Amino acid sequence: MENTGRMRLGVLCSGGKDSLFACFCAMQEEEVSCLITVLPENPESYMFHTPNLHLVTLQAEAAGLPLVAIQSRGREEEEVADLARAVAMARERHGIAGVVTGALRSVYQSSRVQRICRDLDLWCFNPLWCSDPDTYMEDLLESGFDVIISAVGSEPFGPDWLGRRLDASALRDLRGYAGKYGTSLTGEGGEYETLVLDAPFFSHRVVIEEREACWQNYRGVLSVKRARLEEK
Amino acid sequence: MILLVGLGFRDSALLREEFVRPVGQVVERSGRSWEYMHYSCLARDRVEESDAIILCGTALRDTAYQAETARFSWLNQVNVPVLGICAGMQVLSLAFSGSLVPCCEIGMEEIRGLSPHALLPEGPSFMAYELHGYSCIPPEDWVVLAVSKNCIQVISHPDRPLYGVLFHPEVRNEEIIRRFLWIAGKMK
Repeated sequence: MENTGRMRLGVLCSGGKDSLFACFCAMQEEEVSCLITVLPENPESYMFHTPNLHLVTLQAEAAGLPLVAIQSRGREEEEVADLARAVAMARERHGIAGVVTGALRSVYQSSRVQRICRDLDLWCFNPLWCSDPDTYMEDLLESGFDVIISAVGSEPFGPDWLGRRLDASALRDLRGYAGKYGTSLTGEGGEYETLVLDAPFFSHRVVIEEREACWQNYRGVLSVKRARLEEK
Repeated sequence: MILLVGLGFRDSALLREEFVRPVGQVVERSGRSWEYMHYSCLARDRVEESDAIILCGTALRDTAYQAETARFSWLNQVNVPVLGICAGMQVLSLAFSGSLVPCCEIGMEEIRGLSPHALLPEGPSFMAYELHGYSCIPPEDWVVLAVSKNCIQVISHPDRPLYGVLFHPEVRNEEIIRRFLWIAGKMK
């Protein structure tokens, strides 16, 4: 019965703070059975959009969760079909009854996942939906997540932000930017992307061994070339 | 104190975070305090102690509340202002002998006002975030205040401060929750 047992859920995972914190929230109450991700066939095409997606493989291993990953041609118009294919595969392989996303405020992204779940007769949970940015960022840091900035996409973020750890000092600076420039504290507007190196439910942490920073006109990406897991 | 009622199929933190907390944040930003209660635990005295009640929505796939009409009989017996959001509007409708019909809307939709009302923004229409699998055929004497191209979106009781909105005002139309709190405040 759905209202008595724990529900098996798959978490849509980009490797960033929002999806993995949503995973953490879901784990408090339900059974997270797998992570789900869509990998571009040509990583270069995603350079400024979803850097380091390949590290989701390591994160899934660190979390002790199977990963359902499908290859995508990386065409924007095929994104929804690619994601639907991945979710359907997760349902088939792991018997999930629902999906968890790290959606914060984007009705465009959220609606697309809601429609996929409706079509596949799955539940859709968005535990960070409309959360207060300050409270969410504080909860993230206090819960023991180790997060770095993996890409920046607007002024006033300089190259020094690439690889910077999201800690109390970074949060202070982000608050300052939000107040002065109107940027989103959570990076919701594409101001920055993140990569989770450690989470409270990881048995191992991700260690970056080789990385390359690329910076141009207030846009930049930290590409992780080589990484491994290390025991905690 | 504003009482926020969860309508999830169980008292789940995941549903609470998604459908109740965002409403609570709007209430807080309006300078009011709120408390949460799942509908299965709701007692009559708790209802009567509240300045106003907001019945919050739940997940698209969740329809358990539709079979629990008996638990909402208090809606007919107390005079506390109530705003039903999405599933909450459906509960209001069912509690007063209205009915539901399958009608799914997901995403932003245009809402067209049928007559000016203190609950609604000024102007002929506005955009709102929808997430529902059913719409309401409201009780006969209730007033339809707004519609989308697909279904009835806002209803009110003819005499009492009971309102239902099918879209989610906490996502893109916080003003509607503030307006409800203002209406409720005037009634004290």
